[in-house]
Amino acid sequence: MAVLHLTKDSFDDTIKSGTVLVDFWAAWCGPCRMIAPAIEELGEKYEDEVTVAKVNVDEEEGLAARFGVMTIPTVIVFKDGVEAGKRVGVYPMEELEKMLP
Amino acid sequence: MEEIVDIAIIGGGPAGLSGAINAHARNKSVTVFSGNYQESGLYKAEKLDNYLGVPGATGADFLEQCRRQVEAYGIRTVEGRILNIMPMGDIFLISCGSEVYSSRTVILASGIVMLPSYPGEKELLGRGVSYCATCDGMIYRGRRVSVVAKSGEAVHDANFLKQIGCDVTVITDGREISGLSPGIRVIAGKKIEIVGDNKVEALIVDTVAVPCDAVFILRNSIAMSTLLPNVELDNGHIKTEPDMSTSIPGVYAAGDCTGRPYQVAKAVGEGQIAALAAAEYVDNREETN
Repeated sequence: MAVLHLTKDSFDDTIKSGTVLVDFWAAWCGPCRMIAPAIEELGEKYEDEVTVAKVNVDEEEGLAARFGVMTIPTVIVFKDGVEAGKRVGVYPMEELEKMLP
Repeated sequence: MEEIVDIAIIGGGPAGLSGAINAHARNKSVTVFSGNYQESGLYKAEKLDNYLGVPGATGADFLEQCRRQVEAYGIRTVEGRILNIMPMGDIFLISCGSEVYSSRTVILASGIVMLPSYPGEKELLGRGVSYCATCDGMIYRGRRVSVVAKSGEAVHDANFLKQIGCDVTVITDGREISGLSPGIRVIAGKKIEIVGDNKVEALIVDTVAVPCDAVFILRNSIAMSTLLPNVELDNGHIKTEPDMSTSIPGVYAAGDCTGRPYQVAKAVGEGQIAALAAAEYVDNREETN
């Protein structure tokens, strides 16, 4: 499954069941571009088990504030709607992978 | 993203520039990333008496000469602040300001390794503490932010924050600061502490509390633990083998960041060793692929 782009209208429905990895990012953020390929790859590798999604913090300031996103990139893993892991800053794919079940 | 270079050199001092010309001599593509070299300790040194061949030269004379030599070879230099280096498969991704570059190997030659030094800095990193205004500033639009000015780029970053609508206070160590946009407050102070419960709430400058949601600390270099988190350190220096390789394959280090003596002669020598080892690493990779 391709990486989903979430908004405030689709966010809660998307995270409420299963494992969802969300990358909070913005277009002007160099480090976000650095982890983007890893996020895409996780989306492909865990296609059947994990939903991989992105939130543009410029467009969705409310979502960023709700989850205390103060530096980007921030990657949060939700399990059945509950925050189960968070990485702030640039991490290689193997580190992000460790947050998944 | 731009083309992948063979060797990315982080630092434009004697170790980095020595690495650059030696890598160039081995026919490797090189990019040197450095901050404003005129702010380095070497540039400000009055005399450079214990390095052979340049009697009477000041640090500035010497460094200008080195840079001219590198430029004459056509080696690319990029001025900017390196924020992160991340291994990604066979290559390294390097974020410099809002750009991303890539390389096959990296030589760290960034000078004396910085450690997060203010009380609260490490604990609140990513929770309001940031090293890059142009990266994280947008998140704080319309809010109160402080800028700890330890480098010349701080003026640019403070003005950027003001421009995007932040309420900005700049903290200086007492030295005069010019070029700030109107409406930016300036406070001078020596002792800095960052306080907050799980997120930045205020900066304490000497005894004055400056309430804010974010603190941008702008130094000339970023702590290695932030730059390349998994590189092994030894007593605050990057741990290296005799060929200047580090704990991460493809990453080498040279100069002050590997330990004492903090001297030009050692930096130039290590820069050369690192470049030759990195060039060999690139060659071996090509053979196996």
